[in-house]
Amino acid sequence: MTDNFPPDSADRPDGPVPSDGRRSFIKQATGFLGLALAPPLISQAERLTAISKKVEGVTEMRLKVNGTVRTISAEPRVTLLDALREKLDLTGSKKGCDHGQCGACTVLVDGRRINSCLTLAVMNQGKEITTVEGLAKGEELHPLQASFIEHDGFQCGYCTPGQLMSGVACLKEGHAKTDGDVREWMSGNLCRCGAYPNIVAAIRQVEKSGFKS
Amino acid sequence: MNNFSYLQATQPKEATGAVRDNQQAAFIAGGTTLLDLMKLNVETHDQLVDINMLAFKGIEQTADGLRIGALERMSDVGENPLVMQQYPVISQSLLLAASPQLRNMASIGGNLLQRTRCGYFRDTAFPCNKRQPGSGCPAQEGENRGLAILGGSKDCIATFPGDLAVALVALDAVLLLENAKGKQRRVPLVDFHLLPGSTPQRETVLEPGELIVSVTVPAAAHTRKSMYLKVRERSSYAYALASAAVGLDVQGGQIRSARVALGGVGTKPWRSREAEKVLTGAPATEATFRAAAAAALREAQPREHNRFKVELAQNTLVRALTELTA
Repeated sequence: MTDNFPPDSADRPDGPVPSDGRRSFIKQATGFLGLALAPPLISQAERLTAISKKVEGVTEMRLKVNGTVRTISAEPRVTLLDALREKLDLTGSKKGCDHGQCGACTVLVDGRRINSCLTLAVMNQGKEITTVEGLAKGEELHPLQASFIEHDGFQCGYCTPGQLMSGVACLKEGHAKTDGDVREWMSGNLCRCGAYPNIVAAIRQVEKSGFKS
Repeated sequence: MNNFSYLQATQPKEATGAVRDNQQAAFIAGGTTLLDLMKLNVETHDQLVDINMLAFKGIEQTADGLRIGALERMSDVGENPLVMQQYPVISQSLLLAASPQLRNMASIGGNLLQRTRCGYFRDTAFPCNKRQPGSGCPAQEGENRGLAILGGSKDCIATFPGDLAVALVALDAVLLLENAKGKQRRVPLVDFHLLPGSTPQRETVLEPGELIVSVTVPAAAHTRKSMYLKVRERSSYAYALASAAVGLDVQGGQIRSARVALGGVGTKPWRSREAEKVLTGAPATEATFRAAAAAALREAQPREHNRFKVELAQNTLVRALTELTA
């Protein structure tokens, strides 16, 4: 850690549940706002594609998670991580730092790994979201999950869902060809237990097996 | 995080107009800086305007050089074959920044607007002239180990934290901006970020509602022969203590043109014309590199805990120049 990182405050004023009693204020304006603002010379076809969306207060959102479209009611300020954990009961994705520093919240969006704590649920509608709950096929573990067990790739397990999601992406990206590559390209996932050597071994084994995700 | 409304804009004017007309509104692209700071209450906005639907995309070779759309993601630019081969310093600065997850999210425009990591700025329990003009700067006599030694003032010594901007400022990058009237203008990146002076709350020349559309980089011999060296407290996923972006055109052992910028040490991406002046026309030797590094840091004003950066930045620059000419 560098001292650029701030002294952390224990009472962060964030969180998924608003306490201001305004949850009854529901408003969603979906309309042709772009049309109203468009200059007169713009073509008709361009106008019709200009559908803007304004969201205010608790609103229905549709999220496609692990292949299933699910509807939630949430304010625009709800992060994707909080929506997954608090609204959809998908508590595999973990809230470690809530600031994009630890990687415990890593999920795939349209096949790319991201920190779900630093994106809004409302911005992820219409996208394919994959969480750790979506890795296994029924009772059959994803090869990386099996490899983590074989190599003891965890101790307390808190960072593991993020490590797995990041590891799956790392393999898919082709960034797991050497141990050094894995260490560099997994650097966004911290493990306070220090299971790093075993995590590297687990990912490398899957890479060497020729598994294509 | 305070509550806010969300507007997904589909046309530039809709986005720029919404932010121009509401001082409490902000653009959101990747969100990696904005949401981080909103969770800390360092930034509070009553509306976020999502610009991801706008067509500010593309990574392409133009007649003069490289053009990057402001909404391209750090990872896509960093691993783009054209950028890797013709503009290595840009690719390296991106791939040495943040983490793979953050690079998949963060946009190029947003990265250039990344805000300082100064601990006083990020903690609302402290005064900070950047966050609350006139409240004071505890960093001057406080925890300033990570803070700037170049370009500071008595009101602010916050380090510009980014890497990409350092590479781009070295290569004479130009930003294309668009305001709420739809009017576009070009601003050299070196003039885009402002020194803190007595107004550290003003960080760039952007007008209210103005957006970054794209970045262009002129091609030259020193763009192809370029590199980014970043020195950190751990080998990955950390901000620079010092970094150097260098580009050289060397022929027959003589330096024909040189580009030098430093990161981690300045209050803005730090282009060093002083170092370039020493390098240009000189033999590509360690003595030249040492003289250039000394020139680059001559104006340094370290504080109590960051004196080490003066030597570290010089060594970083010398090593970058040495590796580039090896």
